[in-house]
Amino acid sequence: MTEPLQRKEVVAARAIKVTFGAVKALDGADLVIHSGECVGLVGHNGAGKSTIVNVINGGLSPHEGTLTYGGSAVHGISAARASGVRCVFQELSLCPNLTVNENARIMHAELKGWNWRSRAGELVRGQLQKIFPGHAIDCDSTVDDLSIAERQMVEIAISFAGLNQRPKLVILDEPTSSLDAGLAAQLMTYIRTFIGEGGSVLLISHILGEILSTSDRIVVMKDGRVVADRAAKAFNTHSLVEAMGNVVREQEFSRKVTERTGAPVLSMPPHPRHGIAFQAYRGEMIGLAGLGGHGQTDALLDLYLEHNSNWWPSRKREIAFVAGDRSLNGTFPLWSILKNLSIASLGQLSSRKMVSDSREATLGSGWKQRIEIRTPDMQNRILSLSGGNQQKVLFARALATTASTVLMDDPMRGVDIGTKQEVYEILRSEAANGRTFIWYSTEMDEIRLCDRVYVFREGAIVAELVGDEISEKNVLAASFSEGEAA
Amino acid sequence: MTLQKFLTEKPWVWSFAATIVVWVTTVLFTGGASSFGLSQAALTFAAFSVIVGIGQMFVITLGPGNIDLSVPATMTLSGTLALKLMDVQDGMILFGLMASIGIGLVIGLGNYILIKLLRIPPIIATLSMSFIVQSVAIWSNRGLRIKPPETLAGFATSGLFGIPNIALVALVLSVIAWVLLEKSIYGRWISAIGQSRFAARMAGIPVDGTRLVTYMLCAVLASVCGYLLASFSGGAALNMGSEYLLMSIAVVVIGGTAVAGGNSNIPGIWGASLFMFLVVSMLNTYGFGAGFRLILTGFIIIAVILLAGGKKSNR
Repeated sequence: MTEPLQRKEVVAARAIKVTFGAVKALDGADLVIHSGECVGLVGHNGAGKSTIVNVINGGLSPHEGTLTYGGSAVHGISAARASGVRCVFQELSLCPNLTVNENARIMHAELKGWNWRSRAGELVRGQLQKIFPGHAIDCDSTVDDLSIAERQMVEIAISFAGLNQRPKLVILDEPTSSLDAGLAAQLMTYIRTFIGEGGSVLLISHILGEILSTSDRIVVMKDGRVVADRAAKAFNTHSLVEAMGNVVREQEFSRKVTERTGAPVLSMPPHPRHGIAFQAYRGEMIGLAGLGGHGQTDALLDLYLEHNSNWWPSRKREIAFVAGDRSLNGTFPLWSILKNLSIASLGQLSSRKMVSDSREATLGSGWKQRIEIRTPDMQNRILSLSGGNQQKVLFARALATTASTVLMDDPMRGVDIGTKQEVYEILRSEAANGRTFIWYSTEMDEIRLCDRVYVFREGAIVAELVGDEISEKNVLAASFSEGEAA
Repeated sequence: MTLQKFLTEKPWVWSFAATIVVWVTTVLFTGGASSFGLSQAALTFAAFSVIVGIGQMFVITLGPGNIDLSVPATMTLSGTLALKLMDVQDGMILFGLMASIGIGLVIGLGNYILIKLLRIPPIIATLSMSFIVQSVAIWSNRGLRIKPPETLAGFATSGLFGIPNIALVALVLSVIAWVLLEKSIYGRWISAIGQSRFAARMAGIPVDGTRLVTYMLCAVLASVCGYLLASFSGGAALNMGSEYLLMSIAVVVIGGTAVAGGNSNIPGIWGASLFMFLVVSMLNTYGFGAGFRLILTGFIIIAVILLAGGKKSNR
């Protein structure tokens, strides 16, 4: 830190813009990494962390901005690798059917010729010993046979290893997500050694303790931009959480104080090892918050499948589901809008198991008006609608049922703001009529609409926020393990 | 409704058009003498394909990977056992029918148990089931050829107002199937499952129950068809179902049902069944051998799938 001017740039990404359709994933982000430093990168989901990693490792070319490796502007994955950039992905990317040695060969093309297997073995074994001394991984076993933690260790070792050329920059995306505290500490120690030898590391982690103790510099991203870039010493857990969140809020909502009457309409026991139980009462709007992929969708699916027989048609539907991933578990692409809408409520629309066309049409025109589905004819194909309007049809499908509980799996993904406001209105009035909503959302604005919020981390509910406790700061604090807690 | 829209929305029109062309060609070739006999034969033999085709269509509607290859063995076993049970007695006709329906139910249940509990893909599960069923048929038949009861044979080979009784039975079954498919909740469910099984599950459809019923329905239709075919041809033969393996799938595909599932079509099965029979008889009148006929059948199926895949309807 004393001679910052003399350090060489390993990677410099400046004013990078990347858009996916209407979504601005990166909106003029800058990230410069010098040799001999560890940069911590933090931010909420969708802040653009993964996108900027993909830009740096060459997987994505930026739509605007400049990207240079050690001063030279080249593009592509192989160019990035040639410049010494290695990446350990959050989703483990080893081939499960190959041995550890063979996986090393995939990443290190220079392992060739006679007897490459044993040389690969030496390389990985040596590197594993350096990072995780005392490990017990057999490099001749296939990756399938390793535990998830061992896989992560192997992947980290393969990335740090170098036969002819040591890597200059290693990007670690959530490297400790499956490592226990001891192994994580070993890794952090090794990162410091690697930095001391002149290498650089970009560390992405939700465990703020690691970031604070290991990094030299911390970069905070939000909404596709870098909002803070300071020396790690200038941060503490509290200020880091604050830097990630929105400070200014223009809207305030009046939440109703729900009196919990009677038995809960839905409940779920707590996660076997840690966490708290889930309960939902009549007329409540419950938010499931936390970082994406920490078990919210699984919890919704569990709740749903538990209350829905796969063998017998249920006489009375108690629970309905609104999909977030429309093409995965939402729309029926061959069907008209009307059939897509009515599929969940055929029981009410039919007598003696035969669907009544006129009752179906009445239901369709009613919802077309109520939720403003923008189509000239409900007989048009569902795919003729825009994404937002398809999503409205899915909402209408769930709301048209007699179900007293509606589960929503981040249903507003990619929906424009106007549609959102319309749907919020409907949800509020339905909740006032006694319907229970359980709403997983990755958007803070939506979480703030809820009466009560459960925060998820690593598959379990770790916090319950009620009423005015629901703030971005509290949700973030609960969703990021603060080191001491881990 | 413009002509083009009509044609894309009603794909079965093609199979009927092709049927008429082949019929006219054949009748012209034989100088018009055979038109009545040819039509009667076409209706009779098409009826068998229609009955098994409907069952197969329900299964194919369930989506990619769903198919029932146990159809021929089911037909054989049902025909064999029903004739054995009836033992040429007229009073046993109804019992025979019920026995054959029962056989269908058991085979359909067995198929789905293999698919669901052992997680075997339907194509392999139904094929192995077909092996078991065929072996049971061989074991119970032992080369004996038992005649059908007099009345039943008479019914199967005669007609009403010039229309073969078998064709009338197939027509009634088709109407029932059409109502099931187009009007009932069950029809909506299988179409939904065929488009996206996950979405169907999350819309509250009992997916496994629906699939089980569909496989049982298919097996029941196949065994009823076997019962009728054995009565029509004066006795059950161990290879009587074999030609219906390809036929049951071909008529579904040519008839305009989506191979990828979710979209099915009953009138098309009639068109396709008549067409398949007429092509065979046309080639017969031209004097081609069985080998050439089979090659041509294969080519026709490939051509239809190509054509159907080529014109993706615009959304």
